[in-house]
Amino acid sequence: MNRKTTAAAIGLALLASTSLARADGELNIYNWGNYTSPDVIKKFEQKYNVKVTITDYDSNDTALAKVRQGGTGFDIAVPSQTYVPIWIQEGLIQETDPGKMENFKNVAPEWANPEFDPGRKYTVPWALGTVGVVVNTDAYKGPSDSWGIIFNTPDELKGKVNVVPEMNDVIFAAIKYVGGQQCTTDKAVLKKVRDTLVAAKPDWIAMEYNTIEKMGAGDFKATSDWNGSALRQRLANPAIHYFYPKEGFGLWSDNVVVLKEAKNVENAKLFQNFIMDPENAAGLSAFHRYANAITGSDKYMPADMKDAQEVVIPEADKAHAELQLMCPPDVQELYTKIWTELQK
Amino acid sequence: MASAEEVAKEAERRDIRMRWLLSAPALLVIFFAATGPLLIVLVYSFLTPGPYGDVRWQFSPEAWIAVFMERDIFDDTLSLAAAHVTIFWRSIKLAIITTIATLALGFPTAYFMATRSEKTRDLWLFLITIPFWTNLLIRTFAVLQIIRNEGLINTVLLKLGIISAPIQILFTDTAILVGMAYVYLPLMVLPIYASMEKLDFRLVEAGYDLYATRFQVLRRIIFPLVKPGVIAGSILVFIPALGAYVTPSVLGGGKNMMLSNLIELQFGQGRNWPLGSALSIAVMVIVMVALLAYVRNAGRSEVRHG
Repeated sequence: MNRKTTAAAIGLALLASTSLARADGELNIYNWGNYTSPDVIKKFEQKYNVKVTITDYDSNDTALAKVRQGGTGFDIAVPSQTYVPIWIQEGLIQETDPGKMENFKNVAPEWANPEFDPGRKYTVPWALGTVGVVVNTDAYKGPSDSWGIIFNTPDELKGKVNVVPEMNDVIFAAIKYVGGQQCTTDKAVLKKVRDTLVAAKPDWIAMEYNTIEKMGAGDFKATSDWNGSALRQRLANPAIHYFYPKEGFGLWSDNVVVLKEAKNVENAKLFQNFIMDPENAAGLSAFHRYANAITGSDKYMPADMKDAQEVVIPEADKAHAELQLMCPPDVQELYTKIWTELQK
Repeated sequence: MASAEEVAKEAERRDIRMRWLLSAPALLVIFFAATGPLLIVLVYSFLTPGPYGDVRWQFSPEAWIAVFMERDIFDDTLSLAAAHVTIFWRSIKLAIITTIATLALGFPTAYFMATRSEKTRDLWLFLITIPFWTNLLIRTFAVLQIIRNEGLINTVLLKLGIISAPIQILFTDTAILVGMAYVYLPLMVLPIYASMEKLDFRLVEAGYDLYATRFQVLRRIIFPLVKPGVIAGSILVFIPALGAYVTPSVLGGGKNMMLSNLIELQFGQGRNWPLGSALSIAVMVIVMVALLAYVRNAGRSEVRHG
């Protein structure tokens, strides 16, 4: 879920394009960087005569910390599913009841009643994705549909593997690899997780986020990564492939919520409804390169995404997908300790 | 006479009071801007972590215990926090090596600059400051472009047939050191040059006249006289190098944590703000102790030379 690059330029461009027309209202969006389609925003602005401003963040923790401080002036944020329960518990977002909105009928049934927001009382799906393994098949041609690429690296890839340092994703993958359940407190499993990680690390070359560029330049030959990032890598180099690990892989979804302190609640609701429209959802996907949860949007998807196996999970792999959850604080503490030991 | 003296004294007193009063706003701002955030960090280090980041207003020494001791997650025994010690030592070692490397490169550079003619000296000084015109991140990425597998060095060596496969420089300790030395070199050169410029080179000539060898001149005359510059330069390099964040993660690949990464982890995914605060204070204490030891040591040897 790393969209680190700034979209400040996009924000500025939007400002410039909209300042001429007098808007009836405003909408302030707080979203991950390089994640919001300028075309879709323009369409929203024109349809409702609303002036949209976008501000970036680079991680769920940053967004949560900032909104918790209050007085941000934002109306909308886009937290990941693992964080949505925290936003609800901490009273940061309001019930806008998207489940009753006009376009809600378009939401795919499997996403209409998610565990993190039963009945969709707060959230509207923005993007979905998976965390899997990316391999440059010029460097390694063996079977790659396993976390073993990362945790038991084949000789051809030793010293050429990168791991994206997202703590929860890495530990989730390692737990799956040793055959445990996510958020487990079973010490025997966690011990195996730690030993697996510590033993695997010498075969890794780096732990960083900048995978698109480094896979492209050949600094890495394999990496753990998000599917949208993998798609961009394959479009640049056809030898690069995305694999769904058979031990189980994480599914994530980012969701549009309306802040309690929002000043433009009505516009925010309009926006929630607006992005559940198939054409608009496809427009968002065309920009951020991730799938969406809107049925009928595939009609409007760009050609290079329609059948992309990074975006459309193959039927055979679907059984191994599992929605990543937020672990309780005491489990999180164990994770941090394992993580510190791994990176020490 | 007496009254005139009193008047003068009174005027002086008023003058002093006036000066204090006029500088009070600036002094207050500096005082609170310097101590305020530090105080918050100190207070936070004694609180309980909130469940999802932030702190709970409940006293707890846990964070400070966790800086030094760790409870094994598997057999529950309490032992020295080996992971923290390893990370602290890695950062300190890197800072020391960076200081030595920049000193080894910076001292001759400063000497070269100081021995040029008045006019060209300014040009050299100007050239040294050029790296400051660009952002640290950009300079680091420039180093990355040079040393990566498909970068300048490897491409040239491959073309010349000197090597048959690219040398892995990026993501090694060498890469970190090259980057650090490059980034911090100007901070070493400038203070040394400042003292070297004031050096009376007639003393050097006198040394040679008295049959001192080149090494003796360097050790007994030049070095003692430019020592304040060397100390200032070393401090200017050591402290930021200890907290270096960008260079080690970009060139080292982020596999091994530095102090700054460890602290960042606590405020981000680790959600343990008190531990992050305690670690920050611990780093400050280390820097202060190192500085005091250094300055004291330097002061003492100064006396011996005098």
